[in-house]
Amino acid sequence: MSTVSTHDRGYGYAHAVRMEWIKLRTLRSTRWTLLAAIASAIGIATAVGASEHTDPVSDVTNSILSGVAPGLLLLGILGVLTMTSEYSSGMILATLAAVPNRLRLLAAKATVFGLAALAVGEAAAFLAFFAGSAALPQGQPAPALDQPAVLRAVVLSGAGLSLVSLLGLGLGAILRHSAVALAVFVVGALLVGQFALVFAPSAARYVPLGIVANSLAVATPKADALSPWAGLGLLCLYAAVALGAGGWLLTRRDS
Amino acid sequence: MDHITAPIEVHGLTKRHGHVIAVDALSFDVQPGRVTGFLGPNGAGKSTTMRIVVGLDRPDNGGTRINGMPYNRLRWPLREVGALLETKAFHPGRSARGHLGALAAGGGIPRRRVEEVLDLVGLTNAAGRRAGTFSLGMAQRLGIAAAMLGDPGVLLLDEPANGLDPVGIRWLRDLLRSLAAEGRAVLVSSHLIGEMALTADQVVVIDNGRLRADTTLAALTAEHGSLENAFLTLTTNGEGGRDGDRDQATDVGRIPTRRNP
Ligand SMILES: Nc1ncnc2c1ncn2[C@@H]1O[C@H](COP(=O)(O)OP(=O)(O)O)[C@@H](O)[C@H]1O
Ligand SMILES: [Mg+2]
Repeated sequence: MSTVSTHDRGYGYAHAVRMEWIKLRTLRSTRWTLLAAIASAIGIATAVGASEHTDPVSDVTNSILSGVAPGLLLLGILGVLTMTSEYSSGMILATLAAVPNRLRLLAAKATVFGLAALAVGEAAAFLAFFAGSAALPQGQPAPALDQPAVLRAVVLSGAGLSLVSLLGLGLGAILRHSAVALAVFVVGALLVGQFALVFAPSAARYVPLGIVANSLAVATPKADALSPWAGLGLLCLYAAVALGAGGWLLTRRDS
Repeated sequence: MDHITAPIEVHGLTKRHGHVIAVDALSFDVQPGRVTGFLGPNGAGKSTTMRIVVGLDRPDNGGTRINGMPYNRLRWPLREVGALLETKAFHPGRSARGHLGALAAGGGIPRRRVEEVLDLVGLTNAAGRRAGTFSLGMAQRLGIAAAMLGDPGVLLLDEPANGLDPVGIRWLRDLLRSLAAEGRAVLVSSHLIGEMALTADQVVVIDNGRLRADTTLAALTAEHGSLENAFLTLTTNGEGGRDGDRDQATDVGRIPTRRNP
């Protein structure tokens, strides 16, 4: 039997991080979803690039980066499910047995999943950019990464994917039921923008999908959207509020 | 803090779920070196009590300690306590090996223990398969493997015989008895009285969340003739319920719930 010595501070954040990292790696569905996020970005960017018409004032970078949109949805859903599947499967019992400190657990999940989503998001954005640029028709001037605004657009698109997926993770922690949390995420983070465009155009700039598409993924900032850095800040705020509320609820509710 | 009386201490525990009092001022200790059977009819409050012991639910009153500490203050929870609370406490898409590997990492347990506990429960050959394809009995074995991962001195198992075939039940009984013989504290809930009569040394009987008996199996059977008689006399499932009126005692004040309709 194990014995526990008295001068030992016990399990900590690093153990929780290692646990979550193994969990992330050992699900085939997770690996496929991450791959799909990258593949779809390349596919759509290629199609968009190939159909780009010569128009000197258009933001080609922005068009090509629209390829990351399905990845945004996929990573956000994965973020939601990373939390809610713990509850639907019963895994949460085993997880909390190992790491009873809820805040430590959520912090570890957010770290591991957020960094994985950042890596995948950046890969998707850069690969979409290269694929889309390569597919541009003859004579269409291609954007180049040595232009600071273009580099910023690509890097922030990848970061946006990670932040939206953390928003999903936080919503999952708040709501716990997969169907409910997915519905709230898809409607709140993505679809609301479509309605807003019709009924309250000025509100559309605050919707997560709109922020990524019109504030982050732009080489030439758009007049009716938040600036790139304001958009990034607002996405950080959304993710932080969702995770904060989720953590607060996790510590207060029965599991 | 007052002194430690046992590896598992339940003290004045009360838990309400809405209008239902699931556990009502319940106190008992679970001592090392024996199997303590936790008996009571469905809805008696066994699972609720065990969930509170491992820190999943919060009590409304009173509390529980393991080795003198509330669960969430244990330094290495998995090395001190092993718990099997539900048959399926794993993600169906993950292999048994992946599942145990993740828990070992979280619990600060050496990786080789994964193979040891897989071997202990006889799942080595199925360890690479998605756990979602497991039969009920295999799922239960995976749960027992997870509970044994940290080689803990305290074990809590909620209806562990569920889904096991006769061979599995025999195996489980021998395992629990040998774990107790090694000096561990083993708390096993069941509503299967026959099985408990063969496994337990000590018996804690509850009904409607309240303690009805906390004694040795030998003393209880000597008093009532058999454990089954004792169970039926002490709980409202039998003719000799607390109020001598079965219908009243079981139905009044009980409200159907999500878990126990
Ligand atoms: N999450 C819950 N919400 C509402 N009622 C619950 C919940 N969990 C248990 N109960 C109720 O508490 C009582 C005790 O249940 P439980 O601890 O599961 O009993 P046992 O494990 O002995 O069958 C039952 O009446 C049950 O319906
Ligand atoms: Mg139960």
